[in-house]
Amino acid sequence: MDIVKKIEEAGLKGRGGGAFPTALKWTLAKKAKGKEKYVVCNASEGEPNVFKDGYILDNCLEEVINGIKIAQDFISAKDSYIYLNKNYSINKDVGNIIVFKKNSGYIGGEESSMCEAIEGKRAEPRKRPPFLTDCGLFGCPTLVNNVETFYYVSKIAKGEYNHCRFFSINGDVPNAGVYELPEDKTIFQALKETNNYPNFDFFTQIGGGASGEIMLPQELNKPVFGAGSITVYNRKTTDKYDLMEKWAEFFHTGNCDKCVPCREGAFRVYEMIKERNIDYDKLDDIFLTLKKSSFCSLGKGIPLPFESLMKKIR
Amino acid sequence: MIKLKINNIEVTAKKGESILDVAIRNGIKIPAVCRHSDLEPKSSCRLCLVSIKGINGFHTSCSTYVENGMEVTTDSPEIRKLRKINLELLFSQHIEQCNQCNWKYKCRLLSLAKDYNIKITKFNDRKKGFPEKKFGPSIVFDSSKCIDCKNCVQMCQKQGIGYLTVKEKDGFFQVVTDPKKECVYCGQCITHCPSGAFEEVSSVEDVEKELKNNYVVFQFAPAIRSSIGEEFGMPYGSITTGKLAASIKKLGAKKVFDVSVSADITTIEEGGELIERLSSGKNLPMFTSCCPSWVRYVEVYRPELAKNLTSVRSPHIILGGLTKTYFANKEKIDPKKIIVVSVMPCTSKKYEILREELKVDGMKPVDYVLTTRELGRLLKKNNIDFSNIKDEALDPPWNESTGAGVIYGNTGGVMESALRTVYEKLTGKELKKLDFKEVRGLEGSKEAKVKIGNRVVNVAIINGLGNIGKIDLKKYDYIEVMACPGGCIGGGGQPIPVDNEIREKRALSLYKIDKNNKIRMAHKSPIVEMIYKDFLNNKKNIHKTCHTKYFPKNK
Repeated sequence: MDIVKKIEEAGLKGRGGGAFPTALKWTLAKKAKGKEKYVVCNASEGEPNVFKDGYILDNCLEEVINGIKIAQDFISAKDSYIYLNKNYSINKDVGNIIVFKKNSGYIGGEESSMCEAIEGKRAEPRKRPPFLTDCGLFGCPTLVNNVETFYYVSKIAKGEYNHCRFFSINGDVPNAGVYELPEDKTIFQALKETNNYPNFDFFTQIGGGASGEIMLPQELNKPVFGAGSITVYNRKTTDKYDLMEKWAEFFHTGNCDKCVPCREGAFRVYEMIKERNIDYDKLDDIFLTLKKSSFCSLGKGIPLPFESLMKKIR
Repeated sequence: MIKLKINNIEVTAKKGESILDVAIRNGIKIPAVCRHSDLEPKSSCRLCLVSIKGINGFHTSCSTYVENGMEVTTDSPEIRKLRKINLELLFSQHIEQCNQCNWKYKCRLLSLAKDYNIKITKFNDRKKGFPEKKFGPSIVFDSSKCIDCKNCVQMCQKQGIGYLTVKEKDGFFQVVTDPKKECVYCGQCITHCPSGAFEEVSSVEDVEKELKNNYVVFQFAPAIRSSIGEEFGMPYGSITTGKLAASIKKLGAKKVFDVSVSADITTIEEGGELIERLSSGKNLPMFTSCCPSWVRYVEVYRPELAKNLTSVRSPHIILGGLTKTYFANKEKIDPKKIIVVSVMPCTSKKYEILREELKVDGMKPVDYVLTTRELGRLLKKNNIDFSNIKDEALDPPWNESTGAGVIYGNTGGVMESALRTVYEKLTGKELKKLDFKEVRGLEGSKEAKVKIGNRVVNVAIINGLGNIGKIDLKKYDYIEVMACPGGCIGGGGQPIPVDNEIREKRALSLYKIDKNNKIRMAHKSPIVEMIYKDFLNNKKNIHKTCHTKYFPKNK
């Protein structure tokens, strides 16, 4: 059976946060016409509280490389790249795969920005369409998957796929770390089974330590989403303005500054929160334009953590 | 042919056109600040948002392309709301200095602020105290007015320079200069900046002082006559030679001269040099040198080409030199007391006049350069009603040029003038067809094979410095290079806004002047004949007023 059928049957979805069906992406990249094609493994993992890709690279690099090679063979790619977080390192042999160290901020992990960076340009998102599977790196069809996705492709190819995913569990917990658990485990179960479920009043941020949504204890009866992180915050000891300031600074300094809503909007959000002087009319305006008129999904996603926190934690 | 509906109006379009372009063509207004038709859309200002039936969300019309059956809405309460917020955010990073701004009367930002009824001070100015940087004697960049659209960076790259670049500082990616590069002063950053952050280094006040106290002579470039009217609301391409003479006189200038006259002298000298080089085969291709940005580009970035530049000076430098020698002597005026002011479509000319080697008898041939925009400003300041002023004649002896001298303002113009003259000089025969259509037009690089007698002269014309890499220099005998798109009519000192449609209109007017001129060849000009008889009749005078040398940087 061909690999894409196996991936499809396994129901694998992208583990970088977007949850795009992997089999479909591979099919598009295979069908795309182009003299040359490329495979890129996105190992830029740059959001706070998400560290599972680093763990996988440290502990299961062979599987990741195997996954990349399967992709390279499948779409007959000329070259494959690993686009690596600048604080990560790979000390083992990766064969012909080119390791490219990320040299930009958070936005550099967005996959079209990543292509720009590898091409030697400023990391800035591209307008889509065209999609990367048609016109990606150096204008060629390009298949981009996250580290974890390639890891599981390798497992699927070997018939060892166990429908698991990697959880980055952190925050006010006793046993912080990366855990491989069944993907349908609820957040509640994941915390319980890793002996991390708090015995104090708390809230969580799910799917990313900046862009993730705030979830209350009674909302945890569902699987984890996004980049698979669970951050626990002690309600008593957490200052919500400190927390928001951290996010806001992250977005303001980590974005690419290309479009007005994100460049100026993220800055004003940071400014207002930092000064603890929030004009809610202005904030609502900025959130509206971020959601509706930002260039890329980073900008569109900025309001979610703030709005969910302000709504749920009074 | 594509059919679509914009605001329920059926329109047609070509494949590959953006919604914005189609809307504008059909008289439907969509605000767009960062869009410039010379550049790839970056869709960063997020003002040109539209909605498309059946597709979620809002889309930037500058970078969304038409499709058959598309139904586009360009205005709705939600679209207006988003535009309003984004405008307020744009203003939050722009320190308004409207009074001295290049855009003053035609600022798109300000008119949008009115249309959308925004409070431009809703947020405090985050760029307060941001620095100003001077690029040589030509350009000044006030980063506190910059709205980060990065058109300037894109244009500087398109010009093949990359002096302007982007660097991260204090959490923002900002427009900065690359210390490893040098600016060539073309001024295209000025004409492509929507927020007036780039301007020429102004000489208006200096010239005003001189006008009060001294014998001031003005001379204006060929390209000014078809562009300055725009500064006074006249239609694009209005020919205003007589108004220029009249209004400058009103400022108090003693004489108003036409640089097209010395363009004819440039052609005589350059044509002679071309004939020499063609026969010796040395230092070919020969390059034109009228454009100081091009000369600087060669000296800094391509020093190995310096020997290929013609040794002939640019027309306004020649004319200034002749004014301070021949004219001063004839009029019995102490040449040291004559102040020559050139009105140029150019910011680079401000740098050119400071070049020491151009001095004539120890004097700078030209004392000040005003751009077209600066002259406009000076006239307005003096309440001179340019568009209604009665035409006056230019002053002898530099008053009547040939048609060839006027088309110097267009890309291909120097080439066309030289070809007309070289043809007749080399063959001794009369040139029947004066129009060299192959060398005209706004394409970035053009070429022609011209049969002169029994030899074929291969020529190329480059406009827009970035296009220099697109041709194989070795294939040609003679190459004209102008740094700015369209040549001087699209110069960095010209009125804004500018795009190809506007450049075309300015250019056509110069061709019209040429067409209607009785004398259309440089060597047939009576003034040229006179000056070669009376003054340029010995090597010494020719050399000191008409020729120069270059200083290529050691690589």
